[in-house]
Amino acid sequence: MARVELKSISKSFGGVPVLSGIELDVADGEFLTLVGASGCGKSTLIRIIAGLEPQSSGSVLINGAPVDHLRPHERQVAMVFQSYALYPHMRVFANIGLPLMMSRLNLFERLPIIRMLSARRRRVMAEIESEVRAVTKQLQIDALLERRPSQLSGGQRQRVALGRAMVRHPAAFLMDEPLSNLDAKLRVHMRTELAELHDRLGTTFIYVTHDQVEAMTMSDRVAMMDNGTILQIGRPGDLYMRPANLKVAQFIGTPAINLLPAKVSSAGSVELFGAELPIRARRPAGSAMTLGIRPEAITLAPLGTSRPGMHLLPGRLRRSENLGPEHMLHIDLTSPASGTIICSVAGDHEPLTSDSRGLALLFMPSACHVFDVEGHRIDDVEAASAAAAPSSDPHARAFGATLCPLLPKAGEPCAPCGGPAARTS
Amino acid sequence: MMASAVAIAAPVPVVRRDRQRLIEKLAGCGFAFPAFLLLLLTNLVPLAVLLYLSFTNYELGALDTRFLGLDNFRKAVTDPVLRRSLANTFVYVAIVLPGAVGLGLLIAVLLHRRKRTRTFYEVVYFLPVTSTLIAMATVWQFILHPNLGPVNGMLRAMGFGEIAFLSEPAYVLPTLAAIGIWQLVGFNMVLFLAGLSAIPRDLYEAAEIDGCRSGIDRFLTITWPLLGPTTMFVIITTSITAFKVFDTVAVMTRGGPMGSSEVLLYAIYLEGYQYFHMGYAAALTLIFLAFVLLFSILQTFVLERRVHY
Repeated sequence: MARVELKSISKSFGGVPVLSGIELDVADGEFLTLVGASGCGKSTLIRIIAGLEPQSSGSVLINGAPVDHLRPHERQVAMVFQSYALYPHMRVFANIGLPLMMSRLNLFERLPIIRMLSARRRRVMAEIESEVRAVTKQLQIDALLERRPSQLSGGQRQRVALGRAMVRHPAAFLMDEPLSNLDAKLRVHMRTELAELHDRLGTTFIYVTHDQVEAMTMSDRVAMMDNGTILQIGRPGDLYMRPANLKVAQFIGTPAINLLPAKVSSAGSVELFGAELPIRARRPAGSAMTLGIRPEAITLAPLGTSRPGMHLLPGRLRRSENLGPEHMLHIDLTSPASGTIICSVAGDHEPLTSDSRGLALLFMPSACHVFDVEGHRIDDVEAASAAAAPSSDPHARAFGATLCPLLPKAGEPCAPCGGPAARTS
Repeated sequence: MMASAVAIAAPVPVVRRDRQRLIEKLAGCGFAFPAFLLLLLTNLVPLAVLLYLSFTNYELGALDTRFLGLDNFRKAVTDPVLRRSLANTFVYVAIVLPGAVGLGLLIAVLLHRRKRTRTFYEVVYFLPVTSTLIAMATVWQFILHPNLGPVNGMLRAMGFGEIAFLSEPAYVLPTLAAIGIWQLVGFNMVLFLAGLSAIPRDLYEAAEIDGCRSGIDRFLTITWPLLGPTTMFVIITTSITAFKVFDTVAVMTRGGPMGSSEVLLYAIYLEGYQYFHMGYAAALTLIFLAFVLLFSILQTFVLERRVHY
């Protein structure tokens, strides 16, 4: 049980800064994920917390007390490595029991042959054995105690590494990309298991990953890192719904957010491909902006359709990827717009996309994320129109539209949004 | 439709398949032949000749040779010279093996974490390996000389008496062994360094988090067990090299004083090239080979079981 605080942590390797001014406060029992592309400094940060790497400046506090002067094993944290770092020459039992043997036996009781002389060792080892068994039972690897790591599958090794961390009852678990060596299917499974383990243990977890799905699915809070700084920290939903930075918007979400170039019109609102959106930009007229639209915020309709309150971009289907429950459509925007948009559509899109004249892409201006030229979110975006008001219509909630755009036949349930039968326009 | 299905299912004619196999076999033998020829000419034939000679009383330059059967081996069993040289060789190996392996490991562990100075030390320790031992033996002879040598000069200056390293029967084998260690340490160090760099850094970090506080903990928990395969290899090569000691003995002591540094290879050399008893020397060489073989088999089996993971 521990609260972990980082106070203006900075780190540079040979003059090259890799972390600068990191402030982080992880509450007791929280599952916090550090996410970011490789090289953003997230692994270095977790190694600093573990004590494997000294920080250049700043301080690490565990339960309010600075631990900067403490060696890794004195910090009461356990770490799970990406490679698992199991001791290849030891059996599973010794791998998991090693932290206990190190802390409870003295050097002579650990020396080969000489250790046989100690009677205390036998008693301590019996204690250790029962503790190791308790942990392995919890992880369902109690049948593997006599195996060596080379005789285990990837998932079993992962569990042994977890067991070695759990057996010490650490104040916090540090995990450095623990799932990235597993195959895709097992990774999804272990994701659930880790999240459940966290619920069961109630211990602080600090988890490093480059996989935004892991970050979104497991964490209480996510800290998105880039270039040695934390760009945004918040609940997974916050990062998705209100990304504070263009990089956060790009990183979180699959498929990635659609970005379109925009600028501030002379009237002070956002101008997209020559058309003004009812969004006030509060930046000087003429300055460049980036407009982000999530793939699922776009609805498709036959060309020429217009919906009240929704903005329209014309486009033509380039490619469609069938993912089973939904289709990923790559749509080339046509004049006056340009570029490519990806949108996800549930159900059958054939009637729409077979139209050779093209498609209408509709979205609510209020569903857009607007970023200035530095990539900062323009927080004071205000939708000028009343259409931004939350609607009680299920189609509107799903699509930001008052009408389900896929226009299923009257009387049938609406496949795209799961709402009631669509009204015909 | 029916016809095409039948055509696909029709088996490849048996004759054609057999011919294909024969061609593959011949091609395989053809590729292996040059290597086999080389092995035959350089290893197997000489070994067969050696075996034949060991059953005869062949003397270098002699015109007629008699077949003796096992007489040479019978003689060897009771030969006091052979017994003494074998004992000397074992004493030599018993000093060189732990010395060269232990020191090589120690130096490798000390050098492994150095960054800037590592290359310098590596070169320094490896130099004796690259030098010609016969030439170096002459240098050692001078260094250890009772009157002119700097070692005895230093001993004198420190108030100790002179030590006749090479002419005192009790000191000569340890002295030769020390030179043997000096020559082997660099090579063993390089092997251990290679083994050390194969140990993932993660393991040391995991061990540090798990509570390995000191260097001794780290060495006993990670380094030593994971160097197992390297250590086995180093022990085998070192013991065989030590068993083959010859150069230093031939140059510095010629087996003396009073046979106290006569080792197996030197005894064989004397029999073969000084007394021209080629047949007897061949029998001794076979005994030598048997010992080397025994060493490798013993060590492979005993150590393999312990280092396997």
